[in-house]
This record gives sequence, structure tokens and C-alpha cells, in this order.
Amino acid sequence: MVTGIRPTRGYRAFVVVNAIILTGVVLVTLYPFVNIVARSMSDQAYIISGQVNLLPKGFNLQAYGHVTSDPMFWRNYGNTVFYTIVATGVALVLTTTYAYVLSKKHLKGRTFLVAVAVFTMFFNGGLIPNYILVTNLGLKNSVWAIALPNAISVFNLLVMKAFFESLPAELEEAAAVDGLNTYGVLLRIVLPLSKAIVATMVLFYAVSFWNSWFSAFLYMDRQELFPVTVYLRNLIAGSTGAEMSGAIAESDEAQVDATIKSVTIVLTTLPILTIYPFIQRYFVSGITLGAVKG
Amino acid sequence: MSAPRILDPPPTTFADPPLPPAGRTVRKGRRSWRRAIRKDWQLYSLAILPLLFFVIFRYLPMIGNVIAFRRFRPGGGIFGEYWVGLRYVKMFLGDPTFWSVFNNTLILGGLTLLVCFPLPIVLALLLNEVRTRSLKRFVQSVSYLPHFLSIVIVAGMIMQMLSIDGVINQLVSAVGGEPSAFLQRPEWFRAIYVSSEAWQTVGWGTILYLAALTTIDQDLYEAARIDGASRWRQTWHVTLPGIRPTMVTLLILNIGTFMAVGFEKILLIYNPLTYETADVISTYVYRVGIVSGNLSYAAAIGLFESIIGLTLVLSANLISRRTVGTSLW
Repeated sequence: MVTGIRPTRGYRAFVVVNAIILTGVVLVTLYPFVNIVARSMSDQAYIISGQVNLLPKGFNLQAYGHVTSDPMFWRNYGNTVFYTIVATGVALVLTTTYAYVLSKKHLKGRTFLVAVAVFTMFFNGGLIPNYILVTNLGLKNSVWAIALPNAISVFNLLVMKAFFESLPAELEEAAAVDGLNTYGVLLRIVLPLSKAIVATMVLFYAVSFWNSWFSAFLYMDRQELFPVTVYLRNLIAGSTGAEMSGAIAESDEAQVDATIKSVTIVLTTLPILTIYPFIQRYFVSGITLGAVKG
Repeated sequence: MSAPRILDPPPTTFADPPLPPAGRTVRKGRRSWRRAIRKDWQLYSLAILPLLFFVIFRYLPMIGNVIAFRRFRPGGGIFGEYWVGLRYVKMFLGDPTFWSVFNNTLILGGLTLLVCFPLPIVLALLLNEVRTRSLKRFVQSVSYLPHFLSIVIVAGMIMQMLSIDGVINQLVSAVGGEPSAFLQRPEWFRAIYVSSEAWQTVGWGTILYLAALTTIDQDLYEAARIDGASRWRQTWHVTLPGIRPTMVTLLILNIGTFMAVGFEKILLIYNPLTYETADVISTYVYRVGIVSGNLSYAAAIGLFESIIGLTLVLSANLISRRTVGTSLW
């Protein structure tokens, strides 16, 4: 809406108001992060008395030492890495192959194959039958309980399908004439041309598996199998339990909790925050691609 | 997101053969299938594993819902032991807790839709007016950030901010109020839920609108200006109609997820003191089924929820197709 017309007074007022609103949005979005970092580096006494806000008070990193010296924390962090790699790998293979099949417009039965996937976006079995299924398949306490039930996200599938459809058909036809079979075409021609979308898919899946907690919470019975999200969940849920009975909130243990919780939150957020600037644009382009063409 | 058609006529093999000249059509259909398989068997083979996934982990659980009408014994088969008819359905219809969580689901879902659906549109329009590229990109990047956080982290932040020593209570004390444990007070739960939901989703929600905004023909603005339209009127008559299909599509999708209101987040931030307003169908299903082990009863309630969800999205889609001509398929 760029114009050469001289801005009116009303418009100039709008620009100012707009700037104020957007600044507000930025501040409100960032504030919880700043606050949690400040709390994680503050002295207990200041936190308890409600004095920690934007800056740490009674600066110290003791709580970081506490959390990082807990072997279970690292163990669970390692689990998160392991689960994310396995689940992303499985998801990538299944999503790529199915999206490729669905992108072939001439294929007989294609409408049905698409419908099989899309219907599940709007209707699903629900928590209980899924729980019974995973339990009965004997997947509990293994990485497969996390990887298999979430192996294909239909939204991601449609994004990838849209991308494959946009590739020029001539290339694949030429490759087929040269004697490559379907698998060869997919592996040697299509995938090398699809690095951008594959990277996007890796990120979509990896971030969602990295962040997930409920499957693990449901299907992992032992602490040493938890991902770090469940570690954090148990830390914060434990504390609400304590707060609920009121009096305990004043006890020493609850006081230690306040910084420990903040530190754990900071340490689990850190990897995402570190790579966020680099991955953000892939997400945006992926979402837009899925929406425009899906 | 305009998803492929699922209501189209199904492919030949799955359609009922037309009656009178049946023999011929069927034979012809079979022959062309044989040809298709001979030609494309490698493609079909690639679909086998993904199809297995859908059958086992998506469609089997749908069928698994029969346990809502059957007696289920833990450790037994996944489809239960014997039929009990509508026993569990009658049971939840007569269960006062069910109606309370049903109410809570509608209220929370409604409030979320009311707040979290329009806000991204407003933010996208505001961002669209920013002339300085780098500034716009900075605001966008910051506002997308919460989307990338695990819900557990968000819950942790909510708890820290609302705790007795947290920032919200610091504000309350600063204006002379009495600090209070907001997460333990049912009257605050809805506000907490909806505002944290807005915090997490508003920025990310602008992406599709911003993309739609770039596709609006600039000549339309030029024409509107020549007709003497103010900026406000340009927004009203050019911009909003330009992003209407996106708005309608997202509205339908939002309505589809209406019944499944933020299950994971509620599970993380509610507690027995706030069940009165915080407990929704999905969390109730979790507690009844997984925690207390009444799997059949919980499945009956869960099935009810899924059916309402499907009905909502289908009717929203139908209404939208009839009225504004936009639909998902």
C-alpha cells in the first residue's frame, strides 16, 4: 500500500498508534523469556519476596550447577535427542514416499489414497482406543510408542505433495526413458531436486517431536526413559501439588524449587532459541506452500 | 490448506457397480485396474508402508471405538469382550460431571475462537501497514517465537508468572491489591487459558494472512484511491475481501478443532481446585480412562466428542460453501 500521496493527519496518527501497538506486541511476547532468565539467575530470597522482574537480583548461577549436575536431567535430554532422531527419520521416509505417490496425477485410485489421509485430519479414534492399541502392540517403554503413532502428519504430507506436483514432469519422464525405474527416479532425480522441502520437513517433524511430551508421559513408565519435556513437566507439576496444600509453599524445599524450575525451563528452551533464527524462514515458507497449493 | 476433495465420488473399485449393465462395467473396471497395477506397481508399492500406518494407527483406533459399546477387560483384545449396547452412553448422559465438562468445553472453545481467531487478522493488517522492511521482519520474527516452544515450557512460564512471587502478583501488589494464587482459583482459569493461548498463537497465525495480503492486486488500491477512498475504506473494501477466503478456511479449521480445546495445556495447568471451570471433555476422558481405568466409559465420551467435532467441521464447511462459496474441498 505504498503511495506517492502525501500522508494525511489521520494516517500519521495511525502510524504512531501502530508503532505503539507493535512495540507492545514485541514486549509482551519477549517479557516471559526475560523474566524466566532473570529468575533463573537470582537468589532465592529475592524471588520468594517477589522482587525479581526484568533483571536478576542477587546474581548467582548456583541453580544452574544444581540442575546440570543431575544425571537424570542429562539422561532425559539424551532421550529427547534419540527420540527426535528416530521419530523424524521414520516420519520422513513415510511422508516422502506417500507424498510422492499422491503427487502422481495419472495414478489410478489416487483420489482414494488422498482421502484416506485427509479424512484423518477431521476424525480420529481418540485417546482411549489409541492407548489400548499402543499398549496391546507392546510398544510401551520403547521409542516406537512415540515414533509410530505420529509417523505422518497429514498437513506435512500435503505440503510435500504440493511441492512434488510443482516439479516439471519432463525431468522424470526423461529419466524413465533412460531406464531408471520409479525408485531410481525418486532417489536420484526427485529427492536431489527437493532438498529445500526435505529440510523443511525435517525441521517440522524434529521440532514437533522435540517439543512433544504427552506420548512419552503416557507410554513411558520409567524415569530413565523420559524425554526432557516430561522431566520438566514432573518438576512443575510436582510443585503445584505442593503449592496447593498452601503451607508447604513456605518450606525450604519449595524455595529451592523456584529457581530450579526457572533454570530447567531456560535449559530446555535454549536449543530451540539458538536455532530459531535459522529455521524460522523454512517454517514460514513451508506453511505458506501448504496453504497455497495443498 | 484447501484440502483435496474427500467427498468426491470414490474411485471405481469402491463404488457400487451400476445395476443393469453390471457385468460389463465391472469387467472393464477390473481390466483397467490390472493395467494400472502392471504399469504403476512400483508406485503402489511405495504406498504400502504409509497405508499400513494409516490403517493401523488411524483407522484401527476409529474401529476400536466399538469398546464404547462393549465390555472391556484390561489385557484382553483391543475390541473388548461382549456387547453391552448403549450402557456407557446412557451412563455419561446421566453423569453430572459430564455435563459440567461439556459446558466448560463449549465455553473455553468459544472464548478461544472469539479471541484467537480475529487477533491474527488484526495483527497481520497492522504489520501490513509497516513501511520499514527490517522493522516488519523483526516484529514478525519475535511474534512467531512462542509457537516453537513446547507446551510444557509454556505451562512452566505460566506457572512462574502467576505464582505468588511472580510478576502478575507483583503488579497486583503494586496497585495495592492482595497477591493471590491465580492458578488455584476457578474464576481466573478461563482468562489465563485464553490469554496464554493468544500469546502463543497470534504471531504464528498471521503468516497465512500476510501471504494472502501479498497476492492482492495493487491496481485495486490504485482504483480505490482514484475513487477517493480513504485508507480505512481501502482496508474495508479491498484488503478484507482479498483475504476473505483465507479467513473462511481458517475459521472452518478452527471450528473443527473447537471440541479438542488445548487438551495438553489444560492437563498441565489445571488442578483439582480449578476443575470447576478448567476440566474439559478431553481431560475428563483422560482421567476416567487412563487414570481410573474405566476405558469403555471414557471411550464412549471420547467418541461423542469426535463425532461432534466432525459434525461441526462438516456443517461449517457446508454453510460456508452455500453462503460465501469457500470450502475446504
